Formats: sequence, structure tokens, C-alpha cells
Amino acid sequence: MATTHKARPLFDPPILRRAVIDAFTKLDPRRQLRNPVMFTVFVGSILTTGLGIDALITPGAESAAFILGVSAWLWFTVLFANFAEAMAEGRGKAQADTLRATRRDVQAKKLSKPEYNATRSLVSASTLRKDDVVLVEAGDMIPSDGEVVEGVASVDESAITGESAPVIRESGGDRSSVTGGTRVLSDWIVVRVSANPGETFLDRMIGLVEGAKRQKTPNEIALDILLAAMTIIFLIVCATLLPFSKYSVAAAGQGSPITVTVLVALLVCLIPTTIGGLLSAIGIAGMDRMIQANVIAMSGRAVEAAGDVDVLLLDKTGTITMGNRQAVEFIPADGVDLPHLADSAQLASLADETPEGRSVVVLAKDRYGLRGRNVHDLGATFIPFTAQTRLSGVDFDGRKIRKGAAQSVEQFVIGNGGSFSSDVHRHVDGIARQGGTPLVVADGARALGVINLKDIVKGGIKERFIELRQMGIKTVMITGDNPQTAAAIAAEAGVDDFLAEATPEAKLKMIRDYQAGGRLVAMTGDGTNDSPALAQADVAVAMNSGTQAAKEAGNMVDLDSNPTKLIEIVEIGKQLLMTRGALTTFSLANDVAKYFAIIPAAFATTYPVLNKLNVMGLATPSSAILSAVIFNALIIVALIPLALRGVPYRAVGAARLLRDNLLIYGVGGLVVPFFGIKLIDVLLVTLRIV
Amino acid sequence: MTSNAWMQLILYFAVLGLLAKPLGWYMARVYLGQPCCGMERVFGWLERSIYRVANIDERHEMGWRQYAVAVLLFNAVGFFAVYALLRLQGMLPLNPQQFAACTPDLAFNTAASFATNTNWQSYAGETTLSYLSQMLGLTVQNFVSAASGMAVLVALIRGLTRRTTATIGNFWFDLVRSTLYILLPLSIVVALLLVSQGVIQNFRPYATVNVLQPTVASDGTKGETQTLALGPAASQIAIKQLGTNGGGFFNVNSAHPFENPTPISNFVELLSILLIAAALCYTFGVMVGDTRQGWALLAAMYVIIVPLTVFTAWQEQNGVPAYTALSVDQTAHVDQPGGNMEGKETRFGIVNSALWASATTAASNGSVNAMHDSFTPLGGLVPMWLIQLGEIVFGGVGSGLYGMLMFVIVAVFIAGLMVGRTPEYLGKKIEAYEMKMASLVILIPPLVVLVGTAIAVIGPGLDYAAGNEIKSNLNNPGAHGFSEVLYAFSSAGNNNGSAFAGLTTNEPFNNLALGLAMLAARYWLMIPTLAIAGSLARKKFTPPSAGTLPTHRPLFVAMVVGTILLVGALTFVPALALGPIVEHLQMIAAS
Amino acid sequence: MFSLLRPTIVVFLALSLVTGVAYPLLVTGVAQLIFPRQANGSLIEANGRVVGSDLIGQQFDDAKYFWPRPSATSPAYNAAASTGSNLGPTNPAQLDAVRTRTDAVRKANPTQHGPVPVDLVTASGSGLDPHISPAAALYQVDRVARARGVDAHRVRELVTQHIEGRTFGVLGEPRVNVLRLNLALDSLK
Repeated sequence: MATTHKARPLFDPPILRRAVIDAFTKLDPRRQLRNPVMFTVFVGSILTTGLGIDALITPGAESAAFILGVSAWLWFTVLFANFAEAMAEGRGKAQADTLRATRRDVQAKKLSKPEYNATRSLVSASTLRKDDVVLVEAGDMIPSDGEVVEGVASVDESAITGESAPVIRESGGDRSSVTGGTRVLSDWIVVRVSANPGETFLDRMIGLVEGAKRQKTPNEIALDILLAAMTIIFLIVCATLLPFSKYSVAAAGQGSPITVTVLVALLVCLIPTTIGGLLSAIGIAGMDRMIQANVIAMSGRAVEAAGDVDVLLLDKTGTITMGNRQAVEFIPADGVDLPHLADSAQLASLADETPEGRSVVVLAKDRYGLRGRNVHDLGATFIPFTAQTRLSGVDFDGRKIRKGAAQSVEQFVIGNGGSFSSDVHRHVDGIARQGGTPLVVADGARALGVINLKDIVKGGIKERFIELRQMGIKTVMITGDNPQTAAAIAAEAGVDDFLAEATPEAKLKMIRDYQAGGRLVAMTGDGTNDSPALAQADVAVAMNSGTQAAKEAGNMVDLDSNPTKLIEIVEIGKQLLMTRGALTTFSLANDVAKYFAIIPAAFATTYPVLNKLNVMGLATPSSAILSAVIFNALIIVALIPLALRGVPYRAVGAARLLRDNLLIYGVGGLVVPFFGIKLIDVLLVTLRIV
Repeated sequence: MTSNAWMQLILYFAVLGLLAKPLGWYMARVYLGQPCCGMERVFGWLERSIYRVANIDERHEMGWRQYAVAVLLFNAVGFFAVYALLRLQGMLPLNPQQFAACTPDLAFNTAASFATNTNWQSYAGETTLSYLSQMLGLTVQNFVSAASGMAVLVALIRGLTRRTTATIGNFWFDLVRSTLYILLPLSIVVALLLVSQGVIQNFRPYATVNVLQPTVASDGTKGETQTLALGPAASQIAIKQLGTNGGGFFNVNSAHPFENPTPISNFVELLSILLIAAALCYTFGVMVGDTRQGWALLAAMYVIIVPLTVFTAWQEQNGVPAYTALSVDQTAHVDQPGGNMEGKETRFGIVNSALWASATTAASNGSVNAMHDSFTPLGGLVPMWLIQLGEIVFGGVGSGLYGMLMFVIVAVFIAGLMVGRTPEYLGKKIEAYEMKMASLVILIPPLVVLVGTAIAVIGPGLDYAAGNEIKSNLNNPGAHGFSEVLYAFSSAGNNNGSAFAGLTTNEPFNNLALGLAMLAARYWLMIPTLAIAGSLARKKFTPPSAGTLPTHRPLFVAMVVGTILLVGALTFVPALALGPIVEHLQMIAAS
Repeated sequence: MFSLLRPTIVVFLALSLVTGVAYPLLVTGVAQLIFPRQANGSLIEANGRVVGSDLIGQQFDDAKYFWPRPSATSPAYNAAASTGSNLGPTNPAQLDAVRTRTDAVRKANPTQHGPVPVDLVTASGSGLDPHISPAAALYQVDRVARARGVDAHRVRELVTQHIEGRTFGVLGEPRVNVLRLNLALDSLK
């Protein structure tokens, strides 16, 4: 699954700078209100600041230095959370800037009607509306998204995909869609614009990567509710502690009631600030990871759904098998010896740059030791493939060597006065029955034999399917082949099921059937005829090379147009959920240690015996409380890399995954703060801050 | 702890576990409308005539809202009936001791207490309630409040098992069958077992006997006779235990020798406390089509209750250091159980008292056979904390398991996220709506408990502690006094009903505050539970795959236990620190 | 809502009759038939009059009788108003009470030098506990024997005879029924 990740270092200095500034601008109360957990901290910060200032003027139970110290760290807590979000957004923003650079306003040659020869007028690209028609010639930037209605051209889409090799765009068929911001390298095309200004693919992509219109995903909302509930519980716990403490002071006859500063400190330590502060960063980072994988998800919901996928519909060609068939065998006709056939096949393919052609040369070399020769050195004339002849080959030494489909070659042989022997027909039929593609090699009037071109299952794909099975995901191969061939390839690749002789209707029906059984289906598609199935699937990845209709129907676009990407997408989706779960567990488990730090400290004057609970041996009540608050703030920063990168996903069963994550984040969350708080306490004492 | 103590504990939990399966299997048949071992031949005619007279089509399916309205309406009628009975008690028959009407606040508190399956005792049975009030008021509520809880649980189970439907069953069907086929037969058996042991069952006026040795009290009053409180106790005790009600016939509940005279009666009553709650786990398993799911929940309950029981027994056996300093023998040996015997009965000793304390608070039963108020600080912390966990470790019949399922939903949610999938339980996706409702269920009890306690301690409590003369409410000073108030609101706010009984609660403020707490804790939770049932019933079923989190394995049990304990600990640790924990530290420091 | 009214009322009344009337009456009938003694309070008759119940303790403070556990009821062993002390272990009032009782018990039993069995100085849960531990009974043997002028061996033997062991050797705790023991004392000779 070699995908070219555009690796951007986690802490890229420019992003870092911008994030620091954003952390402050995000202090806007309206923004804070969106996140109940952090809003609580925000209010606490303001409250303690007020108390601190008040203590400066009229000294009270707590020293102003202590209150302001707590207050400062509460502000840091808010800022760190803002910073985490800004970091996640910053990575998207940087990406968006690169994209935006390609959206320079260009001049478009608007046509009066969809013909090359129609009258053209120069207009600004930003004035183009849907259904306008433009001409784009070599060197021009394509002004907007659209559909090629006439012509064929090679287009450089590297601005969008990062892939430098140009692609062919032509009218009709599945390669007719073009994207605004890409450049025509050769020839010309007439494009019908399919998007209004601001709605183009590029615009949407910029919006998505910037996270401007980010909506909360279903699981995020559910988690938000849980976190809000926990926040309310802890709010009650802390608020009622004041009367409890007052009663205790009266009952014990000593000490003073717990101060509001300590209560706020306790509250902030208890509410799940770790996950609350990182929650939106995790979501944005999930989208960002998709972008790193060159996938544009149309919504966060789609990314999340990817984690839930039960069934993967995979196209055979390009995903399970190599995109092209390869020669695996030469079968000579009666009376032809094998080396001769191999030699002729090689000659016929020397100048054939198609993958199939190259695979013939490779086979001849590997199997028969025939070294590659240069057509020109041989003085041979290359006969390229044409739509009329549907053959290719060389004229060399008076020989006319051709290879091609059986029917075409037979015509060629007959044309040269020869005929196919029955054994050639037999070989051709045999190969076809086994799911291979027969190519016949002929020399003038004589058929020399048959090349068996076969689907080659990609290396490592079988292991990948085993992993998917362990993840609980069923793989289904979709192919146009006949059931026999499909079964043979399915068995070889190790998929769970296959759909042979697939039609768009059959595909759609299959998706619906799976969904009716409660399963979530993911698929990839590129053709217009894939659109209904893409629209039906829960996670639908359209190839960027595909048609506009396919891209509209899907909820993700794979810029690499790599059908195997689906597997990666599922992993990213799972990672997103796992990161949330792991940090929630961590956050809640942290509270235990914080109690041990704060409770003895908070009631030190009323019930000195409670110091027995000070298992960490923290120096003083104020150092204990301050240490807990500082730990609580710093842990957010410490976990930013994890939030941005995500918890690593391994393809093991759910039970194992839970066990491992519980051990790391549950038990870890329980233990880590004990050491962390103690360490901070020691530092505070050493530095004589308290 | 002695080897006998271990044997009694093991025996109890083993017998409980063994009975869970057959009873659970039977109850599943009752709710699935299948033949019930011939019981329908005894009660079938009664069931059918009730439906006929009430004009009920028991096969008519209800949506969750209709179901909820039926539950609430039915409970409201029960509430007002008890209130009226208590207020009119003086004019009604079967009142040989001629008790007067209860005060409005006591009647309100008691009506709320019994309608909500709490059975908090602000009243003292033998000195305030007539036989008629006990039977027609309390005993009836003992049955129907338990049956209401079971009905709601069954509705939730249906929600989990049904697919893409809007209905969750018929409340009347669930209520009537719970009462007639489960609670009534079991009660008859248990009541007769208890009578055989000496639990009284009669309609006689209180008996006066001449004591063997007449006494003269310090104030000079002569004591030549003893008045024995009598009445139809066994029939009420059987259902109070089985229905996790807990409201005693007598003031001291099952510490009273007429309520609980022998170790055998004690064992039967103890078993009755957890029996149905434990068996419902198996019923759940049968009804969801995978008994392992039920066993997993029961295992989670065992994992919590067994260590806590052992801990309490250990603490109580260790006794009070100050007593030893006074030359009191608290060691266990062949001639005495030893330990902290204040508030405990000789026939039960330490282990049966500790076992009862944890069983009655794990279940929302609230009956007692020893006085929790006199337990050692940590020994008393356990029952209080078991209540504060939300009455879900066994809990009330029905209500305990549906409360537990809410925690399971939260655990599934967090665990589900950790394995990278939208969480699902038994094939149903747990989404924002379920989280909202489950959060409510988990949120409300702490809210009621902590806010209630706060109001109570800054009011009368603080005055007392400050030396003002409102001593009457609290029996103990210092941190223990705080524990009493916290225990009272924990008990009411989770529908348990047991108490640190030193707190005098039969006065207007506490009667009202605790009554409201009980009502909130019961019905405020039932509604979101039914809402979840409705929402789950509407969902599709997702077949399990290797990516699905298995919810029957030890790991998930650990996850559920962890969630319960963490939420319970995080919510109540500060309050507990100011009550039993500090008291324990003080007790240790003083010796 | 209104359609639910009739089912609500009817079901409530029907279940009230079944569980609130029929059920207690049925249990009472059967109980009176097969366990009449237990159902009516396990009363003890001696010389033609009822002297108490097997299950309910009585107050004894005469030196010639075995003393029961302290009772928190008012007056002690008030079987019409059961209650425990509900005093916590750190309550000064409780510590005072235990101290006073311990002193009294030690003074009354001067031959005993060991620590006092805990159940003799702690109030029971019900205030009506009919039992004391064998240790508490044995602790009082010398006093009772001397007050009655009988041989301590005979009294000790009587106590041993009255020890009820654990049910099936497992359940509950060994104990001595004070009223039964004292009745037996009176019929000694």
C-alpha cells in the first residue's frame, strides 16, 4: 500500500507560531462555550483571577501568590487546549494555503456554445457559472470544475494530487472530469463548468482542510454528552464540598472551610480536561490524517463511519490484482518450438510500451534467457496498435510478426493467406476458461502460438485480507469476470466473497442487502455507473480520476485514485475513535491521583489526620494543590502529539485491542499522575516557589 | 476472620449463584408468555379476570411513552392510596393498638418510600402503624413497586432484543405477571419458612407477659411485665426481602427476633434479598438469547460485592481499638464471635451482620439485621458506598439491573471507542441519544445525594455542630454525624432505605427532603431508562464480527466494574473523606 | 392517559386485594394451622402463666440470674418499642457507656480477671437480643453460683447444656438463651 505521504513534521515551526497566536485568539468566550469542559475551566480561570486580585488588595485565607499561581495555571490549561486545537487546524491551514495558491484568478476563454470553433470571449474565472462552457488550451489553467465535452488533453493535476505524471482527460467515458486549478499540458479541451464560484472542488477542499465548517460527528456528540455529564457531576461534587467543609469545621472545632480557589482547582483537576481539551484537535487531526493519505473526506462523519465499516467492496482490477494482466506462459502451436515462439513474442513486444507488452518481454527474458533487444538496432519497423487493426508488432527481416486478440490475429493470418490450426483454437479457449486472456502470436500466414496473460494478485494483499478479517471486516471482490474466473481469483487472493459479472444494479443490490443486515459498507468507484452504489454505500470513496458524478455521489475522494486506499481509510477512522476512547479513559483514571493530592491538602487545617492519605508525600497543602493543577495543564501539552498522530492501530481483534489500550491508557492513567504530581511538587519545592 | 466466617460467606454466595439459573430461567418464561411450570393453572384464572375486568388487551404493545405513562400513573395511584391509608389510619379497622393517624409529612415520606421501593423507615412499625396500614398499604406496595421495577427492566430488555420496532411490550402484562407468577408464590414459600423458624404471623393484640425477674428502673418505675409487639409479620417480611423493599414490620427491622429469630431465618432472608436480582441476570441472558451476557453481569456484581463484604466483615471483626483499651475482649474464639458487637445480635455475630449489611445495600433492600450506625467507620463505609454506587450491584429487583445496564452502556461506549468502532451493545449501536439518557441515569442519584446532604448539613446539622441545641436530629457528633446525614441522603437518593439510624428523620424537614429524594431517584431514572428502551427497539441489529467488542468476557466485566467503581469513587470520595474515612483515621490515631 | 385510568384503578385494586388481603390471610391461616406456636410469638409458659418468649430477651439485674446484653430500648427490653443505640464507635457517649458497663460487670464478677466479653458491654441491635455468647455466660457463672449458693460446677454444667451451637455446624454463632437459662436455674435443685 505504498502511498506517498506528504509528511509534514508534527511541530512545523510556522504552524507552531501561528498556533501560539491562535491559542490566545481562541479565548473568545463564544468559542469557549462550544466546549463545556473547557468553558468550565475558562470560568474558573476568570474567577480565580478575580479572587487573586481581591487577595492582593485585602489579604484573606489564602495568599495572593498562591491564588494567582493557581489562576495562572488554569489559564495555561485553557491556552494549552486552544493550542492543541490550533495545532491541528494549523496543519490543515498550511495545506489550504498551498491549495489556495493554485486558485489564482485566471482568465477563461468562455465559449458561446460547446464547440471548439464557437466564438470565445475572455472572462475572469470567478465569473463563471455552472453550465458555462470554456475552452482550455495547452498551458492554460482549467478555470473551474467541469466535464470535458470535446477534445482530449493531458493535464497536470499535481496541484491537487501531488502526483507529477500528467493524466489524460477526454470527452465521454470515465475520464471526462477536470478539476479547477489544474493545468492543461498539451492539446485542448472544451469544458462544461459544473460548479458555481466558491463551490468548486478546490473551494470545498480548502474549506475542509481548514476545518472552517467542521461539524461535530455523531460519536463526538455522544462523547461530548458523557463529558458534560461528568463535568456536571464534578461540579456538584465540588460545590457541595463547601457546605460539607463548613460543617466539618464546626464539627471538628478547628480549621477553616475550604476556599473557593481550592474548590476551583479541585474542579478543574477532576473534570475531564485532558480529553475535553484535546477532543476537537483529535477530530481535526483525523481529517488531517486523511488528507495526508491524499483522501479528501467530505465530512467528519464519513471519517468516523470508516471506522465502523463491516464490509469492503473492492474492485478486482487495480485493487486485488495488478491493474494489468501479465504474461505467464507461452504455448506453442503444433510444430512450433517453444524458443521460437518466445523469440517471436519478444520481438513483437519490444516496442510495445504497454504493461502487457513489457510483461511478455520480461517473461521471455526470465524463462528463456532472451535478452531485450533494441528495435532500432535491429532495423525493425514497429507496427503500433491501432483501432483498425487491433494488433501490434514489428516488421523485421521480411517477417511480419504480430500479436493481438485471437480474432484480430486470425484475420491477419487469413489476410496473409494462412489459417489457424485447431490446436491454436484449443489453447485460446483453454486459457479463456481459466480466467486468462489469450494473445496469439503470428508470423505472416502462420500462427506461432498463444501467450497466456493472467491476472496477477498483488503481493501482500492476501495478508492484508487476513488482517481485515481479524479486524472483523469482510472483503468482497467485485468483478466483471465470469463466476468461474472470479472464484479462482477470489480463492487466490483470499477474499471472503465475490460478486461476479457485476453490474451497477447488482452492486447496488448487494450493498442494500448488507445494510439491511445491519452492516456498514465501504466501496470505491470511479465510473458514472458506480454513482448509485457510491451514493448508497456508507463510506464511498470516489477516485479523483473518476467522473464528476462519481465524485458527487461519494463522501470521500481519493486524490491518488488508489483503490487499495480504502483499507487505509478504515484504519484512520478506527484510529480516530480509539484516540478519543483512550484519552477519555486516561483522563478519568487521572482523577484518582489528583484526589490523593488535593483532598488531604484541602482539609489539612480541619482534619490533620487526613494527611495519611497524602501517599505522595507532597510538601505542603499549597504545593500539593498547585502540583495537581500544573500536572493537569501540562498533561494536555504532553498528549498533543498523541492526539495529532492518533493512537496506533493494529489489526487485531477487538478484545485484544481493548486489553492493550486499557493497560496503557487505563492503568497508565492511574499510575502516571502519581509520579507526575510528585515530580512537580519536588521541583516546586526545589525552586522555592512554594 | 475465622474459618467459619469464610465458610458462611462461601456458602451464601454459592447458594445464591446456584439458585440464579433455575429462577432466572423460570422468570424468562413468565415474561416471554411461555408456560410457567404449571403456575398458570394456579393463577391463570386470576390473571385473565384482572385483564378482563380492567379492560386490558395484554397483547397490545405499548410505545415507550405509553409504557412510561402507565408506570407513573400506576405508581401515583399507589402513592396516594398509602398516603390516604396512613392519614385515615385512626378511623380504619385492624388497629388493635389504636394508633392515631400519621402526620402529613410522615405519611408523605412513607408513601414515597414504599411507592419507590425504597422503604426508608421514618416510622417505627410497632409504635405507629396499624395492621391494616402494614398490610393494605405497605405489603401491597412491597409487591407492586417491586413488580414495577421488574416491568421496566423487561421493557428495556425487549428494547435491546427487538429490531426496528416502536414498541416495548405491555406494562399491565409485565406488572401482573411479575406479581402473580414470581413475587406471590415465592413470598408464600418464604413466609411459611420464616414462620417455621418463629417469625410471627397473627392478628392478635400485643401480648403482655409477666417477666421472670421484676426490675426497678433508676427512676423507680417498676417493671413486672413485658409487652410483646405482635402482628402479621412473616407475610410482610417475605416480600420486603424478595422485592428488595426492606421496610421492616418492626422498628429495628430484621434485627428484631420476631422478624429474624434464627440463623436459618437469617439465611433465608439474606438469600431473598439478592435472589431475584441475581436471577434476573440470567433472565436477561435468556431473553437476549445469550446467557453468557447475563452471567457476565452477575459476575460483575460478584466481583464488586464479594471483596467489599469480606472487607466489612474484616473491619467489624477487628473491632474498636478503644474497647480493647477498656479491657473488653473482642477476639473471636470458640465461645464468642468477638468483634464490634454494638448494634449486632448474638445469634448473627460478625459475619452474618457484615454479610447482611453489604447484601442489603448492594441490593436496594435496606432491611438490616444489625445497626449500621454502630459499625466501625470503614465497616460502615462499605454499605454506604455500595448504595452510592447507584444501587446497581444487584440493586432493586428490576431497577438494579436496568441501572446496571446504564453503566454497561457507558462502559460499552468508552470501550467501544477504544477498539475503534461506534460502540454497540448486543448488536445495538450506542449513540448520542442513549448517552444522553444513560448520563441522566448516572447523574441524578449523585445530584440528589450530594445536594440533599449539603442542604441538610448547612441547615440543622451545622447548628448542632456549632453547639446550638438542635441535637435531636443527630445522634453522633463530629465526622460520624456527617456520615449519618450522608448515609440518609445516599439511601433515599438511591432508593435503598437502610439508615445510619441515629439520625432522627421523623421530623418535617427530613421527611420532606428525603421523600422528594426518593421520588426523584426512582421516577427520574425510570423515564430515561424507558426512553432508551424505546430508542434501542427502533434500531437495526448489527451482527457481531471480530471487530465487535465481546461483552461477555472477563475483560469486559473488568471494564464494567472499573467504570462503576471509578464513577462511584470519583463522585463520593470527598464526601466519604469527611465522614467515615476521617473518622477511621481519628479512631486509629486515638488508640 | 384517560384510557389508562381504568386499567390503573382496576389493576391496583385487584392486586391490593390479592397481595394485601388474600396473601396475608392465606399465610396466617396456614401458619396458624401448622406452626401455631411460632406464629404467635413462641411464648413460654411456666406454672400455667406466660413468662415470656423464647425469642425476646428480658432484663435481669439480680446477681442470682444471668444478665443479658445491655439494651438500648426504654426501659430495657421493651418489646413494644425495639431500638438499637445507634451510637458510633468514636462517639464519646458510646465509649462512656462501654466504660461504665465494663466497670459494673467487673465489679459484679470479681472472680473474673480477664477482659470482659464484648457482647456483655455492647447493646444489641434490637435491644431485645435473647442471647448472650457462651463466653458471656461463663463469665457470670461464679457470681450466679455464689448468689444462689450452689456449686459453680453445676451452674457451669447448666450453661454448657444451654449452649446452642451453629446450625448445621455452620450458620450463625454459638449462643445461650438467657431467659431459658435463668428458668432452668430457678428449677435447679
